Amino acid sequence: MKPTNIKDPEYFHKVVDCQYACPAHTPVPEYIRLIAAERYTEAYMVNWESNVFPGILGRTCDRPCEPACRRGRIEEEPVAICRLKRVAADNKGEVRSLMPAVPKEKNGKKIALIGGGPASLTVARDLAPLGYEIHLYDDQKAGGGMMRSQIPAFRLPESVLAEEVDYVLDMGVHTHLNTFVSSMKDMLEKDYDAIFVGTGAPRGGDLPKLPGRWDTKENIHLGIEWLASVAFGHTTKIGKKVLVLGGGNTAMDCCRTARRLGGEQVTVVVRSPFRDMKASPWEIEDAQREDIPILNNMPPKKFVVENGKLKGIVFEKVAAIYDEKGKRTLIPTGEPDVFLEADDVLIAIGQDNAFPWIERDLGIKFGNWDLPVVDKITFQSTLDRVFFGGDAAFGPKNIITAVAHGHQAAISIDLFCRGESVYNRPAPMTNLVSQKMGIHEWAYDSPVVIDARYLVPHVDKQLALKDRTMEVELGFDQPTGFKEAQRCLNCDVQTVFNTSRCIECDACVDICPTSCITFTTNDEEAELRQHLSAPAHNTTQDLYVSEDLPTGRVMIKDEDVCLHCGLCAERCPTAAWDMQKYLYQVTKAAPIWNNSML
Amino acid sequence: MTYIKPRFRHPELPKNKIGYAKADYEGAISTLCAGCGHDSISGAIVQACYELSIEPHRLAKLSGIGCSSKTPTYFLSNSHGFNTVHGRMPSIATGAYLANRELIYLGVSGDGDSASIGMGQFVHAVRRNVNMVYIVMNNGCYGLTKGQHSATADLGAQSKTGSVNPFPSIDLVGLALELGATFVGRSFSGDKTQLVPLIKAAMSHPGFALLDVISPCVTFNNQSKSTKSYDYVRAHLEATATIDFVPHKEEIRVDYHPGHSASVELHDGSVIQLHKLAPHWDPTDRNSAVTRLQESKIKGEILTGLLYIDPESQGLHDLEQTVPQALNTLQEEDLNPGAKLLDEINESFR
Repeated sequence: MKPTNIKDPEYFHKVVDCQYACPAHTPVPEYIRLIAAERYTEAYMVNWESNVFPGILGRTCDRPCEPACRRGRIEEEPVAICRLKRVAADNKGEVRSLMPAVPKEKNGKKIALIGGGPASLTVARDLAPLGYEIHLYDDQKAGGGMMRSQIPAFRLPESVLAEEVDYVLDMGVHTHLNTFVSSMKDMLEKDYDAIFVGTGAPRGGDLPKLPGRWDTKENIHLGIEWLASVAFGHTTKIGKKVLVLGGGNTAMDCCRTARRLGGEQVTVVVRSPFRDMKASPWEIEDAQREDIPILNNMPPKKFVVENGKLKGIVFEKVAAIYDEKGKRTLIPTGEPDVFLEADDVLIAIGQDNAFPWIERDLGIKFGNWDLPVVDKITFQSTLDRVFFGGDAAFGPKNIITAVAHGHQAAISIDLFCRGESVYNRPAPMTNLVSQKMGIHEWAYDSPVVIDARYLVPHVDKQLALKDRTMEVELGFDQPTGFKEAQRCLNCDVQTVFNTSRCIECDACVDICPTSCITFTTNDEEAELRQHLSAPAHNTTQDLYVSEDLPTGRVMIKDEDVCLHCGLCAERCPTAAWDMQKYLYQVTKAAPIWNNSML
Repeated sequence: MTYIKPRFRHPELPKNKIGYAKADYEGAISTLCAGCGHDSISGAIVQACYELSIEPHRLAKLSGIGCSSKTPTYFLSNSHGFNTVHGRMPSIATGAYLANRELIYLGVSGDGDSASIGMGQFVHAVRRNVNMVYIVMNNGCYGLTKGQHSATADLGAQSKTGSVNPFPSIDLVGLALELGATFVGRSFSGDKTQLVPLIKAAMSHPGFALLDVISPCVTFNNQSKSTKSYDYVRAHLEATATIDFVPHKEEIRVDYHPGHSASVELHDGSVIQLHKLAPHWDPTDRNSAVTRLQESKIKGEILTGLLYIDPESQGLHDLEQTVPQALNTLQEEDLNPGAKLLDEINESFR
């Protein structure tokens, strides 16, 4: 293998699994350390710089970071990264003064944002400090998009949402609320220098061909529309027997909301096996905790409507068969069909993009599934001054992905407005600093605690079910937040190896608790992976290879289960190993908050 | 601040035949200087015991005084241990071995502990062929008292403070050969590929097995004019042969090249395989070992590897023709056969 090029900014970035997995590349260990140090305000700002909505995401994020967390490869559970983010948001002090100033003198460029969700708000946040005049259009009465209409208040309190939406809107954004944009042509005729489309995936999936679907209009609802209607106070009750069709997070939100609106027997029915459900495991647990059974392997066969009144649904029983490639087919088992009674049915089987308002003769090309053709790096459409982001760009994902899109689209819009190539992307900001303070002292808490993951306390179930706006999760208190924060392995504190200093004494090999380090003759990667101190089967994790040492061997470190405990560096007599904190920050269109000042 | 080794281990750490991972043979975190050769030797002992599938309760580690003799704390924390007075480990080991022949005895000593204060003890353990592994962690200086020359420091070697050693060194390997040792090897802490099989072979040898392991003192004896520094030792290493240890009943996979390889079978059926043999050297011939050692010394080489082994070796118990079971398990009726038998014996002398 060739020596590892640690100057490549992505090498050490990849070692910080959580940050690498985060679409917005939030510097997770950095803010977790700040939480442990009770510097909640700074922890919040590190988040705000990266993901714009720490309080919202600390409650609702899909958490791609947690399955990636190195701790999950060493013991049972990853660090509760998402809930620590909330600790920062809940305990922060005054933050407005730390946010970038918006120049009174504008730069003369006008930007329109269509849709008031996370993608558009991120674009606004990143461009406002540069003096752009920003106009945000949304058909809802307040900003926030799907975060407002689709996420129930018992998961995300209105006050938290409003606070973080307002941080952005208060940067001088001109809002055009209660305004449905019905024609892109009209928008293009206005004097905007660039238009960003962040309209999400607003069309709920339906079962239009299922027999009986159109026999009644009253009691069959589309999940996301129904959730929005509840959120805006138009719907306040539901029947006692409710069936929810679908296995995603929207289905979980629907069933739990139904429980709060009078649903006594709420049942989720999934066509596929339980293990194939798309909902996050913790959302499934929360639903089950509220006495909501989830039935699987039951696709709906027909709605039963008598005299114009919904009676229930007949379901077929199936089993999932997987072929060699893992492709699934649902085969009827031949068991008798099942009839389940229902006063109301909520259909939550996915959602799609919808652009009926974009005329097809404007130069904006559309491709498969009626999605616009959008550049994956620049988020530019085929019409150069129109940009897309969030669910509107590549279909439904999640909030944090929308935020990541927003940052990149903002960079493109800024480059475009300045007449530069949108492919002229800025490099990430990186910083690598030694943490050495003494023989056994580091500027981070190097000992590895063995605590298991702490559970977030919940409000009493009886109380929660009475009030749809009562937040169920109470969040970690400060002492528990500290203990959970200490579970973080500080993967951003990198083991940096200096070949010229190494005397090959083996001290690091002997001390390494997880047998990560090997000194051996060089070979091909596949061969080396078999013959290290411990087998290196996880090929998603790199091998860190040194240059040739005096004995002709090389140092090879398997990054996979390194605890970042610093013992290799402590036991190294020549400081060939050093623990160096690596900060990687995605460059934004405007400077927001300088983490390296911490 | 880390004085504690984290408890997490590699989740895919392989297990040996008796179900233990290498981590089960570890000890407390070392308090020796960072980079000390002794820690590497501890690591090699852990590796050898793991590979030999030794049950930790079947091993006793003994040591004297010094940096070297602190190391038993840093390996095999589930085994028996005895930290003796300075230089007196061989007596304790002899006594323990006589009382209970069923344990594996691992003595750890240093150049001061063995070649100075304990010399009188060391030589008798060798000539009695006490069944033990005797590892000397040899750094040529007194590390605990800031690096004065020890008795194994080479003539002309310079200490960190600049004093030149005016005395010839004691070569424990040559001495042991002279005293009739039945297993003699030398190695280097920085070469685990050689050291681990040597320790395994030594542990399987029935009799006294000396391993003189050069172990650089990074703090006081790793400077440019030292002859026991990492750089000097690496530059002057000369191995008798590369060594493989094949435990009993395992398939021998390495090709055998006549003239370049040799294999020595031990009493328990395990085999020591030697490859790329040094010329004019036979591992079972004491004379050739002595000659080879002298030749290397004249050339300024540090000869390492297995130097001599007596495959017919018999341990002290066999030499003394004691009973096969451990003496500490003998009951009163075994030790006191009664007046009638005594009378019969006395009668036989009349």
